[in-house]
Formats: sequence, structure tokens, C-alpha cells
Amino acid sequence: MEEVKLHGFWASPFSHRVIWSLKLKGVNYDYIEEDLSNKSQALLQYNPVHKKIPVLVHGGKPIAESSVILEYIEEVWPENPLLPKDAYERAMARFWIKFVEEKGLTFYGFYKSTPGEEQEKATKEIMEILKVVEEKALGDKKFFGGDKLGLVDISFGWLAHWFQFTQKLVGIQVIEPTTLPKLHAWINNFKQIPLIKENLPDGEKLLVHLKNLREWLIAEKNLKS
Amino acid sequence: MATSVVKLLGAQSSPYVNRVQIALNLKSIDYEFINENLAAKSDLLLKSNPIYKKVPVLIHADKPICESLFIVEYIDEVWTNSPSILPSDPYDRATARFWAAYIDIKWFPLFGELRQVKGEEAKAAVVEKIVEGLVLLEEAFVKCSKGEVYFGGESIGYVDIILGSYLGWVKAGEIMASVKLLDETKTPGLVGWAERVLLNDAAKDVVPEPQVLIEVLNKFMMASAKASSN
Repeated sequence: MEEVKLHGFWASPFSHRVIWSLKLKGVNYDYIEEDLSNKSQALLQYNPVHKKIPVLVHGGKPIAESSVILEYIEEVWPENPLLPKDAYERAMARFWIKFVEEKGLTFYGFYKSTPGEEQEKATKEIMEILKVVEEKALGDKKFFGGDKLGLVDISFGWLAHWFQFTQKLVGIQVIEPTTLPKLHAWINNFKQIPLIKENLPDGEKLLVHLKNLREWLIAEKNLKS
Repeated sequence: MATSVVKLLGAQSSPYVNRVQIALNLKSIDYEFINENLAAKSDLLLKSNPIYKKVPVLIHADKPICESLFIVEYIDEVWTNSPSILPSDPYDRATARFWAAYIDIKWFPLFGELRQVKGEEAKAAVVEKIVEGLVLLEEAFVKCSKGEVYFGGESIGYVDIILGSYLGWVKAGEIMASVKLLDETKTPGLVGWAERVLLNDAAKDVVPEPQVLIEVLNKFMMASAKASSN
């Protein structure tokens, strides 16, 4: 079996998508923690276009971009499939994975918002997006993938852990049992899966990291205005 | 399953629609093209793509598939006749998907910037970014083609379709901004590729001429200006 390495960052949800996929398929790999303020030569060589993590290196060959990595993992290690067999269902899964990535900017806006009109607008937009996700993507299923976890669940994983801290820092609770009951239930189901539970960044450490980053972003925004 | 009726909701001026047309042609799939007026979208479009309300939408056996990249992959998976659109090797497939994402998310949006930017200095800066991107794509072309004429090798493949569908707008951009983007000195491989890819049987007559696209854009700008001044 050829060597598998993952260059990641402990606080990155994108990094964790790859970790979860590899672990769910029982793939052994070496993990290399990157200091994003001082990226390794290896990382810059493996991903010269974007210079970002995660990068998966399989038998010396690098793959960058988390969605591309996830499809690669699915193809090379087909045990415990994370994408549906049916072509139409696969197209739908890919649609939802892209949907949530595209909306990333809106969530990012919410994360660095401060009380006022901008924050109200961001909160409203987030709520609309999550309602669509709950109604159209999740529906009455236990997981986005059906009875079992799939790539859509993995791609939405940041909602289950990172977003919890975002809401705390912003001071607005968007996902609640009363407002988004199915999504709220999914979060609990997702985090209870042993392989997920055991592979989440430490809550306290993550909260501090997100708090510092948020303060820096807000300060930067104020400097520019 | 592959014999069920295929419909494509689209507009000829959309490069995203063009990519699906090229993919369907490549696989010799019969389909009905339903022309959409993007200023007055049909009920069928709004029902088939309620989230984005955009073209292209492929309707196969009454099921709608949205997002051009995924439509092309769907076509490749359902119609397994030759030629294949994506490579067969998983690493080559990952490489193809990587470049498709780069082209769509990082590179082509620069053309929107080029259109809106004000002033010669700012314009030159955007042009430089576009050309830097083309230099990266030149390297990708050399690696992916492995000595052959297309990104896909001997026959056109995924990246050829994704990048090729933008060529009408690339040429339109060159005309409108009075700049040369595809340059033989910097990207000789891509210049040759650009000339031959649209002559391929599957791509012939799909991507509109730049003048046609410029007219479409001007009409759209006038309609938008009118709408915002009313």
C-alpha cells in the first residue's frame, strides 16, 4: 500500500473533512500539522497554485482542494462508500456540497459581523440558507447521506461543531430545536458517531482560536472603514 | 435508463450551457434544446432549478440535474460509450477536477473584473492576473496532454470542455478591452489548443462568435441600465 500523508491545520474544518473520510474508510495515513503563518516547503511545493491546506499526498503525488480530495478518496478506497451509487443521487450530493461551499462567504460575513444592520442582514440570510438545507437537502432523513453518513454530511460537518462556537461569539443562536429542528437533530446524530466524536478539535482551544481570529477581522474591518 | 428522453434548458450565450452541449455531442446523445429567455424564465426552469433558477439544467427521465460541472460528470457516468470525458485514472481525474475548479472559481471571474474595472492601471493589473492564470493553465496543458493535442489526450476531455466553453467570452474580452490574452510567446500550447478545440466535431458551432456575445452583453447592459433608471 502506498504511503498516504495529509498536510492539515488543527482548526480547519476542511482538514477535518479529509480526516473523517480517511478514518471512515480505515485508511492509514501520516498527519503533518502545518503552521499557516510559516508554511512548510513541502506544502508550497505540493500546492503551488493555492498554497493552502488540506493537501493529500498519495504515493508522493499531491491532491489539493478538499472537494477534489474527497472524490479521490472515494474512488481509490471504495470500501464504506460515502457517495450514492445512483448517478442522479450523486449529482444531487455534489450539488449540496457545492451549495454549502458557495454560501461560505455569507457565513463568514456573519462570523465577523458586529451588532447592527449588517449583522441583522447576515443573520436573516443564514437562516434562509439553513432552512433550504433542512427542507431540501436533509428532509426527514437521519443523515444527508440517508441512514448512514455520506460526503454531504462530512462537507456540512463544520455546522455541527465550528458553527456552534461562531454563534456563541456573535451572540446569536441560529440553530435551535424550535427554529431548525431537523438540522438540530442532525448535529447531535453527527457528533455522536464515534469516529467523528474522536476527531474534532478541542472545543476550548477552538473557541479561543475563533475568538482571536474574529477580533482581528473586526479590527481590520474597522481600520478600513 | 440511458434511452430516456433528454432535455437541456439553456441559452446559447452561456458558456455553462455550451459545456453541456459539447458533452452531449461527444456522447452522440439526442436531446431537445429548450431555449430560455433569461430575462423571463420559464416555469419549467423555475421548477427544475428552484434554488439557483439558472441554466443549464439537464432533464433526464424527468429528473433535473443542475450545475454544469456535475451535469458533465453525470453524462459521463450514465452514458458509458466512448469517448470518456473524465480520465480513467483516479489521480488524473483529481487533476482534471482541480483545474476545472480553478478555472471556474479563480480564473474566469477575472473577466467580470476586467469588464467593470476603471482606469488603465487597474485594467492592466487584472489583465496581468488573467495572463498569470493562463501561464498556469499552459503548464497544466503540457502535463495533462502528455504530448497529445488536448488536455484529455487524443480526444477532448473534461478540462477541454470546461476551458473551451469560455473561449467565446475570452475572445470577446480581448476585443472589448483591446488586449491580447492568449499570447504565442507566453502560452504557445494553449494558443494552438484554442484554435483546434472549437473545431472538434463535438464543439463545432456550439460556442458563439465573440461579436455575437458582445452584442448579447450590450443588450443586457442596456436592459439593466433601463431597469435601474425606471
